[in-house]
Amino acid sequence: MRAALEVSKELDVAILTKVYPSRSHSGAAQGGIAASLANSEDDSWEEHMFDTCKGGDYLNDQDAVEEYVKSASRVIYELEHMGCVFSRDKDGKIAQRAFGGHSKPRACYSADRTGHAILHALHEQLLKNAKSIKIYNEWYMHSLIVEEGRCKGVVVSDIRTGEVEVMQAKAVIFCTGGYGRVFKITSNAFAGTADGVIAAYRAGIPLQDTEFVQFHPSGLWRQGILFSEAARGEGGTLLNSKGERFMEQYAPSRMELAPRDIVARAEQSEIDEGRGIDGKDYIHLDLTHLGEARIMERLPQIRQLGIDFIGVDCVNEKLPIQPTAHYSMGGIPTDMFGQVVIDDKGTPLTGFFAAGECACVSVHGANRLGTNSLLEAVVFGERSGRSALEFAREAELQPLNEKHQKTKTLNLFEEIYQRDGTESYNDIRNEMKEVMMSQCGVFRDEKRLKDCISKIKSLQTRYKKGKITDKGNLFNTELYEIIELGNMLKMGEIIATGALNRKESRGGHFRKDFPERDDTNFLKHSLLSEADDGEGIQINYKDVTITRYKPAKREY
Amino acid sequence: MATFKIKRYNPEIQREPYYEEFQYDPPEGTTLLDSLNEIKWTQDGTLSYRMSCRSAICGSCAVKANGHAILACQRQAEHVIKNDTVVLEPLGNMKPIKDLVVDFDPFWEKINKVTPYLKPEETKPEKERHQSQAQFSIIDDSSTCIMCGACYSDCNVLEVDDNFLGPAALAKAQRFVGDSRDKDRKARVEQLSEPGGIWDCTHCGECVERCPKPAEPFHRIKEIMTVALEEGVHNNNGARHALSFTKSIKHSGRLNENVLPVESIGFLGVKGIVNLVQDNLKMLMQGKVPTVIKDVFGLIPVGLRMLKKGKIPPIIHHSVDDVDDVKRIFKELKQ
Ligand SMILES: Cc1cc2nc3c(=O)[nH]c(=O)nc-3n(C[C@H](O)[C@H](O)[C@H](O)COP(=O)(O)OP(=O)(O)OC[C@H]3O[C@@H](n4cnc5c(N)ncnc54)[C@H](O)[C@@H]3O)c2cc1C
Ligand code: SF4
Ligand code: SF4
Ligand code: FES
Repeated sequence: MRAALEVSKELDVAILTKVYPSRSHSGAAQGGIAASLANSEDDSWEEHMFDTCKGGDYLNDQDAVEEYVKSASRVIYELEHMGCVFSRDKDGKIAQRAFGGHSKPRACYSADRTGHAILHALHEQLLKNAKSIKIYNEWYMHSLIVEEGRCKGVVVSDIRTGEVEVMQAKAVIFCTGGYGRVFKITSNAFAGTADGVIAAYRAGIPLQDTEFVQFHPSGLWRQGILFSEAARGEGGTLLNSKGERFMEQYAPSRMELAPRDIVARAEQSEIDEGRGIDGKDYIHLDLTHLGEARIMERLPQIRQLGIDFIGVDCVNEKLPIQPTAHYSMGGIPTDMFGQVVIDDKGTPLTGFFAAGECACVSVHGANRLGTNSLLEAVVFGERSGRSALEFAREAELQPLNEKHQKTKTLNLFEEIYQRDGTESYNDIRNEMKEVMMSQCGVFRDEKRLKDCISKIKSLQTRYKKGKITDKGNLFNTELYEIIELGNMLKMGEIIATGALNRKESRGGHFRKDFPERDDTNFLKHSLLSEADDGEGIQINYKDVTITRYKPAKREY
Repeated sequence: MATFKIKRYNPEIQREPYYEEFQYDPPEGTTLLDSLNEIKWTQDGTLSYRMSCRSAICGSCAVKANGHAILACQRQAEHVIKNDTVVLEPLGNMKPIKDLVVDFDPFWEKINKVTPYLKPEETKPEKERHQSQAQFSIIDDSSTCIMCGACYSDCNVLEVDDNFLGPAALAKAQRFVGDSRDKDRKARVEQLSEPGGIWDCTHCGECVERCPKPAEPFHRIKEIMTVALEEGVHNNNGARHALSFTKSIKHSGRLNENVLPVESIGFLGVKGIVNLVQDNLKMLMQGKVPTVIKDVFGLIPVGLRMLKKGKIPPIIHHSVDDVDDVKRIFKELKQ
């Protein structure tokens, strides 16, 4: 939406989404959006940049990080001017609080529904600018049209009617979000199924750093639904079955507010070593000492989530939590202007842009800090919008082979309708999620990853032998779920392949067999692309841009 | 084992909706949405409904369970299953598309009608505009709305009056009426006081019951009413109706003159009118045209139309025995 607003300043733009724009998963972001406004304590963009690079285990491209943190204050003031609702400090300024991995209180927030506040503020602006912005809600993007090395549009279908259309465009921007749904325990919405990144991959664009998946330390046990880090920011503690604040062992200086990868690994170690509560796969998040008043003021939604989803009221009971797949650091490679690039030399794919979680700029490196991704979505939303606008202003619509493009999707529909196998898509989905979680999750090693890849491949074969029950055109959610599953099976393979190849531990990627970071061999981005046979995965590398902060040991 | 009795509808196959029963035993600690998914994924793939976040924040999954709109992802299955059964139907006041999926377009059109964006002063400060914590708290609740349509589904007025903006749009309106950064407060309340706006709400409170968030539209509607009266916006049909109506009730001597806060105008409105109607019933019987009723008919737009259609706002459900008489009076009046 931020990108569309930018484009709409001069040109007409269509927003296409498989949900409704205000139902995108950004709305689930609770904790905050980072900027060094210095409203409560001295702060500077340099400190924000340092924290981001250190948090990212120095795999960030620092030129992009610099631009990004420097824009932070401006884009937040802009959101405020648009009407975004922010919690306020006693002087009436935007309130800011502490967040994991940030050395200063720089999370601007709207109670515990910051993403919701931003999403709705942007949605309001869409409605305000309805003359130049058309919303196609509940339309599904199937594939990206790239012909003669140039992006010409997308193939889409209307979920309500099943009608397939080609949408021709001078410029296309992907903001398709993350792909946490490949894992069993995840904080992501059902919509987070890798469609965008896989469409790019299928169009010949490599995917960057996909082995880096962030596991958030406070997922609701079994459900994966998130209890924001804000709960720890406000003073929540983590306890094992012995009632110990185990973070003392892992990150004595930052304790519960150490970066997520570190806290998630600490939790997983406690669980793996039998110190989960009742020996099960969860530990406790304790907020009881905060008191009802503080919880109601700062964390009302989190309290409600606990009550609704497991019947636990955090005012007087401890919450059962476990690591949950949360954020995809990797994605479609772009430069710092949102332009998609297709190789290590930065060759652009003309007419194609990406921003937000589906993109990999890379400002987050190997691990994203909390509150940095809403910021990414807003900053690079704007930037990709501006790049697309500047490009489209001069560009012509390109002739394209509409029939051919449309037929590909129609054939896919037909093929799925025709499948008459005995496999259950539900089993395949569950097995994929299970194996990705256990073999490609918080802790990885060569054996597990090889296992994971071969399992995923066999699931891909079984996928071809499924059977659909709903063969209608009308709001056929079963059909779309099957297509999404196909995307996720590919995504799972790509994540695990990248993870197997990266023989080191860095940020969100932890190899038990290579527990150290290896800057000599792996201080570089990986690029995974479709091999010429359309099946295999090919791996290349791209240099990391380091400007201000030389890689140092990451300790908290 | 529980029975999920689900209203099925697929106009591609069959024109009329019907109910289908599924047997499923939801494990403890799982939500109603989890049950729907299990049924879809293991029993019948054609079952259709919306969902996305499964954490009560995207507003996709609202359906009717046992007759009332709820978010499927926000309720523990065991809490909605009564006597081993739960009845699931699509949201009300919106056209069904397929099974539990309804057409939200009219819902969004109404949101669009309340100028759903901030209209600030032209000049922008370099940094953020200041807003005190107290000013923030005025819009804190309305800004929690997730546009799920649960309130819209169960609003009694919308059942009979398509023109009514409805609870969600009005809650959204309060989000700007109450925003210290908005410069159009008066124009907003003027617009919202027109027919179809705040004064058409019958104060039944249903939307507060249904709202899964603190947005609770009826409370927001009252806040807009207060602002409208504070801003002196009486010079429009809605407020005039409400005010003069209050006056006529006062006249009839049926009400306590001292307590007529904004909060109760609508309540007294409907109830009062019934009293008036009863009062004049005799006149009608005698073949005279009861003028009071004529006036009043123009005064209270929706509450009466509801009565006419036999849709009784819950507040007078139990208190009025003469509803049939009321209906008959209107029928005769029309003739
Ligand atoms: C529970 C939770 C809490 C979080 N909290 C924070 C936080 O406090 N601070 C922070 O900075 N970050 C937070 N994050 C991360 C942050 O919210 C996301 O990274 C960010 O919002 C992603 O925004 P996006 O615009 O890239 O994608 P999304 O908001 O996910 O939007 C993706 C859009 O793409 C559409 N789409 C996808 N595929 C298709 C297709 N095939 N066809 C059509 N449309 C499609 C979807 O429908 C959707 O509209 C949180 C994430 C989660 C899950
Ligand atoms: S209180 Fe008003 S808006 Fe709410 S449901 Fe009743 S009539 Fe509708
Ligand atoms: S006001 Fe409440 S019930 Fe109505 S749409 Fe908003 S969140 Fe849903
Ligand atoms: S699935 Fe998002 S509100 Fe229920």
